[in-house]
Amino acid sequence: MHDLLVAENIHKNFAEHTALNGVSISVPNGSIFGLLGPNGAGKTTLIRIINQITMPDSGQVFLDGEPLKPEHIKDIGYLPEERGLYKSMKVGEQALYLAQLKGMSKREAKDRLKYWFDKFDISDWWGKKIQELSKGMAQKIQFVVTVMHRPKLLIFDEPFSGFDPINANLIKDEILQLRDEGATVIFSTHRMESVEELCDHIALIHQSNKILDGKLIDIKREFRSNTYEVGLITDNKSGVTHNLREKFKLSDATFKTINDELTLNVQINESDRAGDLISHLNSLGELTHFIEVIPSANDIFIQTVQNN
Amino acid sequence: MNHLSLILKREYLNKVKNKSFIIMTFLSPLLMVGVFALVAYLSSVNKENIRTISILDKTENFAKEFKSTKSLKYNILALSTTIDEAKKKSEEAGDYALLYIPKMDVKELQNSIKLFSEDSPSPETLSVVEEVIKDKVEDIRLEKAGVNVEEFRNFNFKLKTNLETYKGEETSKEGIFAKLIFGGIAGYLLFMFIIIYGNMIMRSVIEEKTSRIIEVIISSVKPTKLMLGKIFGTSLAGITQVIAWIIVGSVISTIAISFFGLEGLDFTASQEELLAANPDVNELFIKGGKAMFSLPLFNLIIMFIFFFLGGYLLYASLYAAIGAAVDNETDTQQFMMPVLIPLILAVYVGFFTVIDNPHGTVSQIFSYIPLTSPVVMLMRIPFGVPLWQQILSVVILFATFLGTVWFAAKIYRVGILMYGKKPSYKELFKWLKY
Repeated sequence: MHDLLVAENIHKNFAEHTALNGVSISVPNGSIFGLLGPNGAGKTTLIRIINQITMPDSGQVFLDGEPLKPEHIKDIGYLPEERGLYKSMKVGEQALYLAQLKGMSKREAKDRLKYWFDKFDISDWWGKKIQELSKGMAQKIQFVVTVMHRPKLLIFDEPFSGFDPINANLIKDEILQLRDEGATVIFSTHRMESVEELCDHIALIHQSNKILDGKLIDIKREFRSNTYEVGLITDNKSGVTHNLREKFKLSDATFKTINDELTLNVQINESDRAGDLISHLNSLGELTHFIEVIPSANDIFIQTVQNN
Repeated sequence: MNHLSLILKREYLNKVKNKSFIIMTFLSPLLMVGVFALVAYLSSVNKENIRTISILDKTENFAKEFKSTKSLKYNILALSTTIDEAKKKSEEAGDYALLYIPKMDVKELQNSIKLFSEDSPSPETLSVVEEVIKDKVEDIRLEKAGVNVEEFRNFNFKLKTNLETYKGEETSKEGIFAKLIFGGIAGYLLFMFIIIYGNMIMRSVIEEKTSRIIEVIISSVKPTKLMLGKIFGTSLAGITQVIAWIIVGSVISTIAISFFGLEGLDFTASQEELLAANPDVNELFIKGGKAMFSLPLFNLIIMFIFFFLGGYLLYASLYAAIGAAVDNETDTQQFMMPVLIPLILAVYVGFFTVIDNPHGTVSQIFSYIPLTSPVVMLMRIPFGVPLWQQILSVVILFATFLGTVWFAAKIYRVGILMYGKKPSYKELFKWLKY
């Protein structure tokens, strides 16, 4: 799988601060790539550089192997975090205008818009002005405008903000479908549960530097602590705890069970095997719960940022 | 379609289809004609008040010289009336004024004539009264000196110098007026156009910022193109509006005149008096018209187009940059001043210095400085400016325009993505380096 977008060693300084300090990312074709980082880390600057809104001081961006050039704007769809539309312009006219700016012909744009308006069941908004629509409705239009020219690369900055759960779900499904149809998605958000749900690659930017990137699953493996949630029915809770403490590192469990079990988080050594722990536990009581603790994107985010 | 024409088209249609724009286009000429008619009507009503001036002429020389007119009546008091009685009478009768001429030798009258009135009399009335007395005093003194007054009046020498340039071009006083009027109108038109449509551009930039659509737009187009599209689109809308004003204005005026007749809009007394006082007035109009056509019209029109475009675009790009630098209209004040000052200066230099001496040093200098040259040069050209000077000024203007577009585009590019705080001049300067 080749990389659709490659940013190499991007530096960007503003008058008083460094926004990006040698950041490189590679976004595999057909992936959903999570661009994460605390506020002010430099995500938006990187996104703007990819969109050719700002120029990097040094470093290069390649789209599909070619250095970024003005013609590439039609291959990119960008939904900025700060979004908006012309308030006094009619929905249809506005969508056509934006489509034409993205290089579509008027006729083509009309067909595409009809498809999306039908899909979202919003055809009767065509002649309305944006100021007559609710915020959520305007957001839907904005989403359509972002994806209508079938770009290879979609960049969503906090796409779910402003949507109710039903519409957020609708948008999420559309993003997944666009990905399945071949689009590559860069997805910037602070909502870690949607990262968990959608992203297969992530990059974490902190204080202008990239501090982590890769496949989400690889990162999770890297961050695994060989800890298992254990639930055990036993008459002698303190005895068992004592027994386990001699061999393993124990910590308090946070998961919920329905029996009156002894609940613990048990960390084994890297060289140990989970199966051995299970056999050992079975010898101590009735094992009801055994799950590996998988680090969440949230944990990884917080841990990495705090360690830097 | 390419981006620039797409943006231009959107900006143009957006402005032209705007309700308040349409209303202003049709309402403004209506208002102008309405206000004009109202003023004319009010002043004619004002004139209908008949003013009475009582005259107590102890010398008996002057009373018969005062001839009543439609709006000014004279009431000659009996010789035996004392000044105190006369004052009382005149006040009770509600006279406009009481003129008192004491009995003394005409030579000493100079400082002795008195005019009593409720409020200060209008200068117009006062000068009518003074004129009559002055003429009569002159007559009396001429007669005393043994001069035949009528004969003397016939000697009155009307001088009319024929003006001609060294190159043999005939000019005239009327011609000078025509030049002043042409230059004044051209300069003023440019000034108004810059202020009205420059502001419109600025507001439209701010609107894109506040509606936050800007980031979507500039992920598709270069900010410079967006800015230029905005400037050209708004300018075309402006030209459309001005043309509509001219058409609507002349239609309304024609209707108004044919409806009320010229009488409805006339200036009654004052114009009649003017005509009576100066029978040459018709001739004046004809000469004025002729003088208009004897101006180097081709040169004027071509240069008008150049300076109008150059000057307007120069200021328009500054307005666009200001719009980009701020978040809302109230923050524009501090940046507006440096733009407005040269513009106002240009108009002042134009209306005072150029009229006084079209080719003086100050006029010349200001007709090269690009921020003032459009107005000042446009006012100088009717007086004859060598072609090389005109061309030099246009070249400087357009070179500066390009520089300003570059500068404005820099500010624009950075500014449209900046939210939250009002930038200082220092920060603006830094933006140039981004």
